[in-house]
Amino acid sequence: MRKSLIRTTLAISLAVTASASLAAGKTLVFCSEGSPGGFNPSLHSAGTDFDASAQPIYNRLTEFEPGTTKVVPGLAESWSVSADGTEYTFKLRKGVKWHSNKHFTPTRDFNADDVLFSFNRQWKTDHPYHSVSGGKYLYFGWMDMGPALKSIDKIDDYTVKFTLNQPDAPFISNLAMDFASILSAEYADKMQTEGTQETVDNAPIGTGPFEFVSYKKDSVIRYNGFKDYWEGAPKIDKLIYAITTDATVRFQKLKAGECHIMPYPNAADLDAMDKDPNINLLSQAGLNVGYLGFNTSKAPFDNKSVRQALSMAIDKQAILDVVFKGSGSPAKNPIPPTMWSYNDDIVDYKYDPETAKKLLAVAGIKELKTDIWAMPVQRPYNPNARRMAELIQADWAKIGVTAEIKSFEWGEYRERIRAGEHSTALLGWTGDNGDPDNFMFVLLGCAAAKSNVARWCNEEFDGYLRAAKLTSDQAERTKLYEKAQVIFKQEAPWYTIAHSVQFRPVRKEVKNFKIHPLGSHIFKYVDLQ
Amino acid sequence: MFYFVLKRIALLVPIFFGVTIMAFGFIRMLPGDPVAALAGERDMTPERHAEIMLKLGLDKPVWQQYLDYIWNLLHGDFGTSVLTNRPILDEFLELFPATIELGLTAMILAVVIGVPIGIFAAVKRGTLYDQGIMGISLVGYSMPIFWWGLLLIILFGGVWGLTPISGRISFLFDVETVTGFLLIDALLSGEEGAFASAMHHMILPTIVLGTIPLAIIARQTRSAMLEVLSEDYVRTARAKGLSPLRVYGLHALRNAMITVITVIGLQVGTLMAGAILTETIFSWPGIGKWIIFSVFSRDYYAVQGGLVLIAMIIMSVNLVVDLLYGMINPRILHTSS
Amino acid sequence: MDSVADTPRKSMLRQNLAEFWYYFSESKSAVVGLAFLAGIILMAIFADFIAPHDPTIQYRECLEHAPAWGEEKCNFIFGTDYAGRDMLSRIIYGTRLSLVAGGIVVLLCLSVGIVFGLLAGFFRGWVDTTIMRIMDTIMSVPGLLMALVLVAILGPGLLNAMIAISITYLPHFVRLTRSSYITESSKEYVIASKVAGAGRFRIMFITILPNCMAPLIVQGTLSFSTAILDTAALGFLGMGAQPPAPEWGTLIAENRDLMLSAPWTVTFPGLAILLAVLAINLMGDGLRDALDPKMKRS
Repeated sequence: MRKSLIRTTLAISLAVTASASLAAGKTLVFCSEGSPGGFNPSLHSAGTDFDASAQPIYNRLTEFEPGTTKVVPGLAESWSVSADGTEYTFKLRKGVKWHSNKHFTPTRDFNADDVLFSFNRQWKTDHPYHSVSGGKYLYFGWMDMGPALKSIDKIDDYTVKFTLNQPDAPFISNLAMDFASILSAEYADKMQTEGTQETVDNAPIGTGPFEFVSYKKDSVIRYNGFKDYWEGAPKIDKLIYAITTDATVRFQKLKAGECHIMPYPNAADLDAMDKDPNINLLSQAGLNVGYLGFNTSKAPFDNKSVRQALSMAIDKQAILDVVFKGSGSPAKNPIPPTMWSYNDDIVDYKYDPETAKKLLAVAGIKELKTDIWAMPVQRPYNPNARRMAELIQADWAKIGVTAEIKSFEWGEYRERIRAGEHSTALLGWTGDNGDPDNFMFVLLGCAAAKSNVARWCNEEFDGYLRAAKLTSDQAERTKLYEKAQVIFKQEAPWYTIAHSVQFRPVRKEVKNFKIHPLGSHIFKYVDLQ
Repeated sequence: MFYFVLKRIALLVPIFFGVTIMAFGFIRMLPGDPVAALAGERDMTPERHAEIMLKLGLDKPVWQQYLDYIWNLLHGDFGTSVLTNRPILDEFLELFPATIELGLTAMILAVVIGVPIGIFAAVKRGTLYDQGIMGISLVGYSMPIFWWGLLLIILFGGVWGLTPISGRISFLFDVETVTGFLLIDALLSGEEGAFASAMHHMILPTIVLGTIPLAIIARQTRSAMLEVLSEDYVRTARAKGLSPLRVYGLHALRNAMITVITVIGLQVGTLMAGAILTETIFSWPGIGKWIIFSVFSRDYYAVQGGLVLIAMIIMSVNLVVDLLYGMINPRILHTSS
Repeated sequence: MDSVADTPRKSMLRQNLAEFWYYFSESKSAVVGLAFLAGIILMAIFADFIAPHDPTIQYRECLEHAPAWGEEKCNFIFGTDYAGRDMLSRIIYGTRLSLVAGGIVVLLCLSVGIVFGLLAGFFRGWVDTTIMRIMDTIMSVPGLLMALVLVAILGPGLLNAMIAISITYLPHFVRLTRSSYITESSKEYVIASKVAGAGRFRIMFITILPNCMAPLIVQGTLSFSTAILDTAALGFLGMGAQPPAPEWGTLIAENRDLMLSAPWTVTFPGLAILLAVLAINLMGDGLRDALDPKMKRS
């Protein structure tokens, strides 16, 4: 009796304080999953970093429309491409305002100088800001921007021309990526004269929908809606990221109304979220693929029928049930079904241990001993590699294949795979820009020697990919990629496992929130009721 | 006394070098390539790789890296975090108050409950009370606290919904950081409910972190008390008919405190180890969680700096405890000098 | 000749044991602890016969099944984990890992600690200073943190966790051996055997060491229980035994995301840790009282 009284009082006092403070202006609370490394998106590489910087604070020349991978104008109003596909000329938007803070009050609007500053800082090693804040421009390197660029020229204050060394169909999509966010050149100049260059990255100034207010490491990030935002002021007055690393705890907070949106729920909690009357469980197929790569440079995995046999021996449904718990859809192609050029005519290998046994026998394989490498980290395309490996191990045991599960520290794991020490390894990929090239060429192309986990180089397959890179006619590219997928399935360099479904539990009062296929969380159009 | 203090401090010098060599050596011995870990699934050109190595200073010979390291340490530079590009010392100082705050409340809980029940058990020696208290404290002493924390989360957070299960304060309160100690800052901010919210968030972590020290203090207080109670002057006092309160409260307790203070001093290391687990479980933004995260994300310099800073703090606390002990119990001074 | 010398020695040993048992059995809780520990050891040895299921078999029709008794299908008293494996069997097999880990840590600490402690005590001077300063350095970092960093270097795994934990415990054993050696070495019987012309090593290991053993055994027992706790803590943090090895801490870690939806996967392994550690500590208390009357408090 007394206990329940205490409980009620506590619950009421919690609820009262919560609602009282939320009523003052519209405050949206996002239970984010971790602390960002910093607030300059070009210096960092994780989704957590981009969620805290690129999306609320900054804009890019081109943007992805929230909820899709469609490229739409951002700070560039329009652009034109030269006939040979190497020159991109951007017309910049006028009247775009910068944020201000205690270090800086802008005296001018956004213009071409800001574009030049943002790219040259990452590109030119002699740029005064190149080495500031550690100067690791990871994505700029991963997207091969350095070798691709020939020059960036300011034509006038509102026109910028990018010249490439050769035509590159996905270039426009690359500019919409988080690393290509536009920073203020004026702010940078001021901080340089004051000798506090790092301030540019720690106390960010952008053109985006939310102004940065404060950050307490491992606790909270605060933003205010930017009244002068060029698309119109956001509907939310205050945006708060309540950093909560444990997924179970995030769910508890969401239930208690302590936050409105949470990322990356535990698969185990999805059922309860679905049943909760105060929560909408949004979902969308993720732009990713998880796979088991066979090392085709090692016997017996150089033998196509061994790869096929091992593929048939795995119970994909069990993996989807145990590891993904319904948050994954079975994968048969190296690209996700939401991506253009996905070949739906492909037929996946059926779970069939008997045929697998026969195939192995025909190939002359007896008592195969091998290993399964399991990544030590959680990724969107693989919520728990350990568990997955345990299931595959048990499945293979049924056809007489003994597999040892191996795992290494993440950096070492990648190094060893690059060196080809594995027999079979679990890995995956999350798309950067929504282009099939960003999956197939990067992961399975002959030139991608190091990130090609299967160490697989098929000339016919590779030929299609290279042809698709040179033309920007999407219909033609689609045909080429569809053919490539047929060869991929026949050759079975990967056992394709799953495309994860992204789930975002959102409280009922949240309006207009859309899951973004590239993983970012975008709040500029969100409203609260 | 002066000589005693000096000697104690001199003893710390070799340990300081030992710790720095250890911290430095450990980090160099880590497997794998830190730059490759940054790259994840993606590929990196050799030029890019070399550029980053250069920026991290990993291209120099090891001995030179160590000398640079010591030189920087002596100038208060504990390195820069690979993940955040911020000075380690800044990160450490930002998060440290949260750890101290939790450590202090846990210790207060342990003393406020542990000392009285220890005395009570000693006075009631051999009775069912005594056995009960000792039994429970042995359970506390044997507790795997990471499991204890999860259990409390399941019950208090999940089943009963009584207490918050992560963080230091409701994010609704934007309490300005003045001292870094949230309880104090919350009071200073004058925001209604902020202090209550901070207290509310402390309940579970304090219980979890305080459990083992509480058990140890109860057991030690009991044995210290028993020893004192059997001494002649206490017996005399009782024989003289002094009230039990005076006997136990004044004479016995004062003498037993020496033991208790030592035990508290010795608990600093245990608390730090406990903080690693407790902070991880409750998403408490302190040093323990930070250092675990740094180990997992292979933030070389953060682990290195954290190790040295934590060791230095523990050394200083032990020094202070030694000196305090010396002051309370002057015999120590003479025997050791 | 020999038999004449041996008889009194044997009877003295018997008398010592009897005396030890007398003191030990005086404490009921110590006897309970011992009995319980014996039970756990038997469980570890005969896990193959006791466990109702193979701990690695995945019953895929019984994923995350709640504890059940007498049910037709999915009859698992402690429930099953995410892959449908029987929790009870995994915990029973986990006993082996925890006991072996604790035991090896203690053995490592005892053997290495005694050697270093004796060296420091015997040679004194710079050997002593060096050894003791290294031990001080190890002690200046909290044990769990030290173990974590060591495991980060060695790589996660049960064996590496045991090595790392041993290193963090080592200073206690070295200090204890050294100080009791120094106390003992000035006693008459040592001087007597020196005069009688006994060699260095004979004095070190045969004359003095047995007389330093009592506190070491007590320390060893205490370390046995903390080693089980720390192994589990490392396993919980993902740095100890790796799944699917059913080490208790690892069991909690691998099922942690099921904490609220399937709490039995987390509760039972933790209870196993608590009970095992409690049993050893109960026994340790009794052992301390029996072996070391000076340390006897009550």
